Amino acid sequence: MKKGILWRIILIAATVVISLVFFLPNTPLFQGMPAWWKDSMPNKGIILGLDLQGGLHLVFEVEGDKAVEIQTDRIASLLNGVFEKKKLQASVKREGDTIIVSPTTMELRKVIEDTYPLLTLTDAKDALKYRLPQAEMKRIKNSATDQVVEIIRNRIDQFGVAEPTIQRQGENEIVVQLPGVKDPKRAVDIIGKTAQLEFKIVDDESPVAAELPSSILPSEESQVLDRFKDKIPASDEILFERIVNKESGLLTKKPLLLKKAVLLSGDLLTEARVSIDERFNQPYVSITFNPTGAKMFEDITGQNVKKRLAIILDGNIYSAPVIQERIAGGNAQITGSYSMEEAKDLAIVLRAGSLPAPLNTLQNVTVGPSLGRDSIEAGAKAALIGTLLVMVFMIVYYKLSGVIADLALVLNIVLLLGAMASLNATLTLPGIAGIILAVGMAVDSNVLMFERMREEIKAGKTPRAAVEGGYTKAFWTIFDSHVTTLITAAVLFQFGTGPIKGFAVTLSLGVAINLFTALIGTKTVFDIMHFRKEVTRLSI
Amino acid sequence: MIELLKDTNLDFMGNKKYAFIVSGILSVLGIIGIVQIARGHANLGVDFAGGTAVQIKFAQSVPLSQVRSAIDELGLRDFDLQDLPTENKVLIRVKKQEAKLGGASGKITDMLTRKFADKKPVIDSTTEIGPKVGSKLRQDALWAVLISVIGILGYVAFRFQFRFGVGATIATMHDVLAVTGIFYLMNKEFNLIILSALLTIAGYSLTDTVVVFDRIRENMKRYVKDPIDVIINKSINEVLSRTIVTSLTVFLAALALFLVGGEVIHDFAFAMLCGVVVGTYSSVFVASPIVTLLGKTTMKKR
Repeated sequence: MKKGILWRIILIAATVVISLVFFLPNTPLFQGMPAWWKDSMPNKGIILGLDLQGGLHLVFEVEGDKAVEIQTDRIASLLNGVFEKKKLQASVKREGDTIIVSPTTMELRKVIEDTYPLLTLTDAKDALKYRLPQAEMKRIKNSATDQVVEIIRNRIDQFGVAEPTIQRQGENEIVVQLPGVKDPKRAVDIIGKTAQLEFKIVDDESPVAAELPSSILPSEESQVLDRFKDKIPASDEILFERIVNKESGLLTKKPLLLKKAVLLSGDLLTEARVSIDERFNQPYVSITFNPTGAKMFEDITGQNVKKRLAIILDGNIYSAPVIQERIAGGNAQITGSYSMEEAKDLAIVLRAGSLPAPLNTLQNVTVGPSLGRDSIEAGAKAALIGTLLVMVFMIVYYKLSGVIADLALVLNIVLLLGAMASLNATLTLPGIAGIILAVGMAVDSNVLMFERMREEIKAGKTPRAAVEGGYTKAFWTIFDSHVTTLITAAVLFQFGTGPIKGFAVTLSLGVAINLFTALIGTKTVFDIMHFRKEVTRLSI
Repeated sequence: MIELLKDTNLDFMGNKKYAFIVSGILSVLGIIGIVQIARGHANLGVDFAGGTAVQIKFAQSVPLSQVRSAIDELGLRDFDLQDLPTENKVLIRVKKQEAKLGGASGKITDMLTRKFADKKPVIDSTTEIGPKVGSKLRQDALWAVLISVIGILGYVAFRFQFRFGVGATIATMHDVLAVTGIFYLMNKEFNLIILSALLTIAGYSLTDTVVVFDRIRENMKRYVKDPIDVIINKSINEVLSRTIVTSLTVFLAALALFLVGGEVIHDFAFAMLCGVVVGTYSSVFVASPIVTLLGKTTMKKR
């Protein structure tokens, strides 16, 4: 008996010390610790959830079908090049994920199948229809999602956010968490932008070009597109340039007729920097191409002197300067109506690279820092008041035994915080609620035991026998009720996101730890009392 | 020794008719509530329904009508406003479902920060949830409730006789339904946080039920000759005070949350308060009577 008590005391003391060590980083005391301690001991502790510290929670869906289409487009345009080289008359176009080639000659078929053995023929009646095999499409979608994660991480690193979380979720979803972001809107813009940079030639030769209005309101875009839909040549398209009036700040759009063909795209960039045009005090982004890109840029500018080159980002024209001469060296400038901040963000997304597929925002939750602070305050207050209410009740109702239960409750809270800190668990506002509820449930175990003890005393047992009887008889009741709470907490953990997960964590840890504190903690105190002298009356 | 209730001898089993009527009404309300949630007709939070929510805090009070006219200018249809006048906060919800998130929250915050610049607006939170996520969460939620109930039924059936398992499960479902019914009746918002309250209630309401069942099981061994009604009545009376005390401690904790826990957690705490009360009631008035009902029928068969 004597030895048993000692071991239990050591066990309880050890768990308390370990808990405190793990929880230390969450206290101001940690700052004052010596360097060796900070380096060698756990230094992260409990992490505050986005709902408590403020921040941004985003869920994106990668449009994998678009990645397949982009890849198919690329193959189609390469095929076109092969046909041209071999002087074969053929039309190549893409519809959805299918490449359609006509006419249906065996010669074309042979060329296509020799160049891209991977393509599978799906139809050869009116035209040759080719598609990538399912496995390949799946691979493209999968790698697109992986690439998006990498690129977003890159962009966020350059944007500068402390401790971001970027995770892939399931097949094509990406979860981004940015704690403490000051300007959530800007962050969303930087992450979500596809940043597909393209260079196309403005078609000023077509008679339609002269008919286009020179300036429209942003809301009139679709109207213009409708009006000219049937007039423009098949190889052309209309895109809009964004123009901001410097004095009034008024945004207008200028439609331009462009040749559809992409002459050069942003994936050949090596560098993008913000510079300031001294004359107009206007920021612009200067870009540098890699050798391949530089050569292509030189050829394009050489072949199109006196024509206008449109610089397009995600389908919007930034500017369309006239090419004065062949430009060698691979340097270009993107000017346009944008602010310094927008120029910086543009440089970031260009440097980090374009996304292989557009993103679709599924969820966008921001919490301001002030609400987070209010929540912490309210949560802490509720926790304090709730714990005090429960503790006072226990002392009033169960006297000295109530004090013992309260000690166990404090032990429960200390171990819970320690366990959360050691797991680097995230504390959310519902998580705080979980702690408070766990406090209410924690004393339940003691209530059940104490009521049993009272029964045993009424039945005329000695205090020691009453304590033993109370513990053994109440054990299974306590165990059963804990397990049922754990079942639902586990379901919540599995199913819930962010804040709800936090709730499931605190509740289940609290309840599990309670089995230890209520059964071993309070029992040890009772045993110590009996060990020192034979107690004749139980204060319960 | 302070005792809440001293050696009670109340006739719980005799009054079960009234209890069944009350519980029946609550359960039907709850079922209506769940059906409406599944159909998307109840007051669903943005997380379940999809849409946009913006909460803004002002330094001084701003009349709702002014906020309304400012948002009207944006041309958003189908939005509603709610204010927390004590804290000068306004909550704007746009329910319109769009295939893609269109940045409605950005438009609203831009407009309001510009319009009411003199009232020093601070953005508390913005939430945009796509319709796809909303319907997936709704589905997941129903699954979560189902899986929990099955898990609990399985455990109780494993630990007790089958009829106890049935009684406990019906009592658990009754509690979840009753709180859902109360929320539906009060037109309170259903969101993820309320769902976690419901699941917690499901887990916790069993505590009381298990306490009663344990005692019934014990007494069935001790008083083999007594009819089950008498044994159950005796058992409930014996453990009544601890059933109430255990609930009371959780009630106190939830009460603190309800009173000072802040607006985000307010409804959660309210659900817990209801759940604790209903859970205690059901362990006495629902779970045990069902055990006797099942007991009678099985005895008759023999």
